[in-house]
Amino acid sequence: MTTPAEQLIERVKALLGADAVDTHAQRGDATVLVPLARVRECLQRLRDDAELAFNFLIDVTAVDYLGRTPRFELVYHLASIDAVPRDDQPSALRQRLRVKTGVPEAPGEADSICALWAAANWMEREVFDMYGIRFLDHPDLRRILLYDEFKGHPLRKDYPKERRQPLVGPRN
Amino acid sequence: MAGPAPIPTRRQKGDLHTETQLISMGPSHPATHGTVKIMLEIDGEQIVEMDVQVGYLHRGFEKECESGTWYQAIPYTDRLNYNSAILANLAFCMSVEKLLDCEIPRRGQWLRTLAGELSRMGDHLTRLGAACLELGAMTPFLYGIEARELVWDLQEMLCGARVTSNYVRIGGLQRDVTPGFLARLTTSLVRIEELLADFDKVVTSNRIFVDRFRNTGMLPLAKLISYGVTGPLLRAAGVPLDLRKAEPYLVFDEIDFDVPIGTTGDNYDRFLVCQEETVQSIRIIRQCMPVLEKTVGEPVNVADPRIRWPAKDRVFGRMEELIQQFKGVTEGIRVPAGEAYAAVESPNGELGFYVVSDGTGKPYKVRCRPPSFANVAPMRDMLVGGMLADIVPTFDMINMIGGECDR
Repeated sequence: MTTPAEQLIERVKALLGADAVDTHAQRGDATVLVPLARVRECLQRLRDDAELAFNFLIDVTAVDYLGRTPRFELVYHLASIDAVPRDDQPSALRQRLRVKTGVPEAPGEADSICALWAAANWMEREVFDMYGIRFLDHPDLRRILLYDEFKGHPLRKDYPKERRQPLVGPRN
Repeated sequence: MAGPAPIPTRRQKGDLHTETQLISMGPSHPATHGTVKIMLEIDGEQIVEMDVQVGYLHRGFEKECESGTWYQAIPYTDRLNYNSAILANLAFCMSVEKLLDCEIPRRGQWLRTLAGELSRMGDHLTRLGAACLELGAMTPFLYGIEARELVWDLQEMLCGARVTSNYVRIGGLQRDVTPGFLARLTTSLVRIEELLADFDKVVTSNRIFVDRFRNTGMLPLAKLISYGVTGPLLRAAGVPLDLRKAEPYLVFDEIDFDVPIGTTGDNYDRFLVCQEETVQSIRIIRQCMPVLEKTVGEPVNVADPRIRWPAKDRVFGRMEELIQQFKGVTEGIRVPAGEAYAAVESPNGELGFYVVSDGTGKPYKVRCRPPSFANVAPMRDMLVGGMLADIVPTFDMINMIGGECDR
């Protein structure tokens, strides 16, 4: 018997073909790994496919696997929702998918998906702020939560938690 | 559905040229309940351009979570949204439980549902009351805050804290209900309903209030979806997306409640949606109460000491339980390696946690998907072209919570 997540993965594999490098459905979360160079293309196809219709970008984040190659992993959480209420599906949310891609430390760049979802603008700014991954073709790649004078990217595993760099006040 | 109607500029042909003005609103402004800086370019009272700058309350939530054990992250989640801390506790614990693949006992689930809805009421009451206050109406604010005080008193009975609850635990709850809680809840709900009725009479059809809220802060539905907006903002635009219905977690599939939706998606619809959701929360709580009365004595926590250490009375009297508590506190619980995402319907929308474990006692990554962050991002598009006075009602209905947006 296949679970809904496994069925979804089969459909995603059929759509993305060789771009679906790896998949898993741990704890029911359908997850697909795609190559970095193809991530924007893959996300666009997932969004525009009439059947899957992943029209909702829930979240963009990154994980720093220090010591592994590639070092970073970008994680996109997608959802598919009905904009118009349907009688047979009153809850609007249809399914979710997690898309991941590896990002090497150098040059540490990925294609921006701001053109696909407006939500990506701030979320990619946060990933840039926290992990230093640069998004190509991002319209406004500034720090968002930290201030411009901040040095380094605090969520990298090699950034010491104790380091303080306030604009005013005591420094260590 | 159209966006904000274009407001004809006051300047006519042949008028003298005037320059636009740059003003900085915030980061600490008396008419916003959230720490955010808005750089505004205005032409008279019309907004030409705005840049919303967040991050003033950033305190390294994710970094702190990575440095402690799984349990030690729970108090940090309290500080995300001070109005609905229990729901943030719940979302985090649910994501860890998903990774652990453990299911908590039925009584625990009903109690979590009840506590979560109390939390949601507190949040909505603050939003509704503060929206009035920031438009200059003191009385309805006091109705809302009196009701919220009753909610917070109940929360204090549950967990000993009014605001930073720290109530939900991985594998259960901090404790079962205290004696007298359900009786107090019954009387408080009656009073809260009275206050809501008073609030409704003063505000909902008040001409001044309606004029400020109606047809302001709208955004076309396609844009709301593109921005990843969830919660009352999306429901006010007519999309019945509520995770309590869409992915019924806890016991929501056994509870009878309605999801209110709006039609135009303006601030007034958002206000009405929040008002109705408060009523629905009371309805949900009333369905939880008889179950809790029937199941007195049943456990609220999982029995597995590797996940939830034993109750204090046994820890103080037995060797084995003492060791379990000691190991649970010092080493932390072991969470299997992997990744999981779990989300709850918070008062602002989808509050999700994406957790990654490397199999040790500490989280490798705790990502909070904050609804406030996604909901504040489209604020520029909601307001540019509109009037300066529309900022406050729109910001109130977005209900940006700095602690959650900036983490």
